[in-house]
Amino acid sequence: MLTQSDVERIAHLARLEIDQGESKVFSDSLSRILALIEEMNAVDTSGIEPMAHPQDVGLRLREDEVTETNRRAELQGIAPATEDGLYLVPRVVG
Amino acid sequence: MGPEAVINKSLAELSRALQTEETSSVDLTRAFLDRVDNGQGLNAFITVDGDRALEQASAADARIARGDAGPLTGIPLAHKDIFCTKGLLTTCGSKILSNFIAPYNATVIERFNQAGAVILGKTNMDEFAMGSSNETSYFGAVENPWDRACVPGGSSGGSAAAVAARLTPAATGTDTGGSIRQPAAFCGITGLKPSYGRVSRYGMVAFASSLDQGGALTHSAEDAAYLLSVMAGFDPRDSTSIDRPVDDYVGRLEQDISGLTIGLPRQFFGEGLDPEVGQRVEAAIEEYKRLGVKAVDVDMPNCSLAVPCYYVLGPAEASSNLARYDGVRYGYRAPEYTDLIDMYKKTRSQGFGAEVKRRILIGTYVLSAGYYDAYYLKALKLRRLIAQEFQQAFQVCDLIVGPTTPTTAFKLGAKVDDPIAMYLNDIYTIPANLSGLPGISIPAGFDDAGHPIGLQLIGGYFAEARLLNMAHHYQRVTDWHKQTPAGCA
Repeated sequence: MLTQSDVERIAHLARLEIDQGESKVFSDSLSRILALIEEMNAVDTSGIEPMAHPQDVGLRLREDEVTETNRRAELQGIAPATEDGLYLVPRVVG
Repeated sequence: MGPEAVINKSLAELSRALQTEETSSVDLTRAFLDRVDNGQGLNAFITVDGDRALEQASAADARIARGDAGPLTGIPLAHKDIFCTKGLLTTCGSKILSNFIAPYNATVIERFNQAGAVILGKTNMDEFAMGSSNETSYFGAVENPWDRACVPGGSSGGSAAAVAARLTPAATGTDTGGSIRQPAAFCGITGLKPSYGRVSRYGMVAFASSLDQGGALTHSAEDAAYLLSVMAGFDPRDSTSIDRPVDDYVGRLEQDISGLTIGLPRQFFGEGLDPEVGQRVEAAIEEYKRLGVKAVDVDMPNCSLAVPCYYVLGPAEASSNLARYDGVRYGYRAPEYTDLIDMYKKTRSQGFGAEVKRRILIGTYVLSAGYYDAYYLKALKLRRLIAQEFQQAFQVCDLIVGPTTPTTAFKLGAKVDDPIAMYLNDIYTIPANLSGLPGISIPAGFDDAGHPIGLQLIGGYFAEARLLNMAHHYQRVTDWHKQTPAGCA
């Protein structure tokens, strides 16, 4: 069961702004989803190795060599705000 | 060949007509662009660039004239708007990417470009592929061509509706919990989800990275074999791509299937299955028996818990993947904010729709301190039990067969306020994603209301050729896949 204040705390962690009305709606639906999720407890999984990846293969490594060219101008061309090759955001330090 | 003759042909037939120069790619592309333009009011496409498509078509015609063509050269295709297309809008059905023009192509798009296929347009989808009805799209719901009051399924709903309504010969899609197979079932077409790792995820906007897989929505298994032949293969740019040879999917379509055994999981035929869907699936199994296939019952009790398991893992991965949408490097940024945190919050709150927020919230919760073991780790363990259940079943059968969905297409709006009812649509499709196995949905008839019914086949790892071969044999003796919605022929 998730309360509205639980939802507001999680929303902050997820960097989402939600109003009172939304936190009410989300606390209802999330509580029902958590009840569904808790059906997992019907199965004993003790001693079972967690499965993070369908083929259980490790990540590949590649040679440490340059494969990409510099595309800064092109990549920054789709950014909301840039200046002198930097991404602009609101001031973080005084 | 006139436009009417063109639109009802299979991709394989169109390919032959192009090779023999009975038609040209420019003519084909024009015929389908006209269909898309008029669109039948389905809202199946988000972006169409006719000029660019016709340029690609002329290039394809030149290639055919040079004698340098492959089977897909000159074939127009629609792509789910989750695949990055250089210079063309890629929205993923979201406001937050509503202005995003990708600076590169997804590997899938690159491969189709190299094969000489034409990009007809980008299809509508549930926002970030989170949905089973296409109603979560920022660009509005898609209608089901078989019944305009019904959903086409999702999340690849635009692709499925476009293929069913003959707006495109075939389309791509992605499947994280059923997003190719479920809309294929609802729209009466063929939908193939390959094994995890078979098709590159590079440039495919990430939802749940350990579950997402690109695939094909087509009129037939034969057409899907042509698409997969181009899509499949190792890609060093996808760290989970599997380096193993690609089978001859087209060449193996006719392979003998007599003597094979299909396994029928009890859990796929129990409570919640609509009786009309159950009857059509039973009839399809009888059809397979007439083709010399044996059927055995298998028991897969943990599959019943696939939905709860998925609603931990999918949202957990989504909440991490979607952290990248911060309004800094690309996409939407809120017009007004006070500081950096406020900019993130306002950008994300305005940019994401309700279902995406819901999944981010679930994911954030199950990964948060104190809950990780109870939810996330528990789900990963259950995931292994489900995967093991398939491997046990494959000891006694070659393929798993059952319904794709518990019901046929439901009414638009019927489940938007009930996430759990919506999630349960994917009860038969999710197990294959959790296990990483390939699955296909093929048309197996209609209910009394005229809504299509899908039959699902699930194979062992990298058994795509066998799945397509089994589906093809069924389609040789049935004509469900050749039916066209009223007004779309």
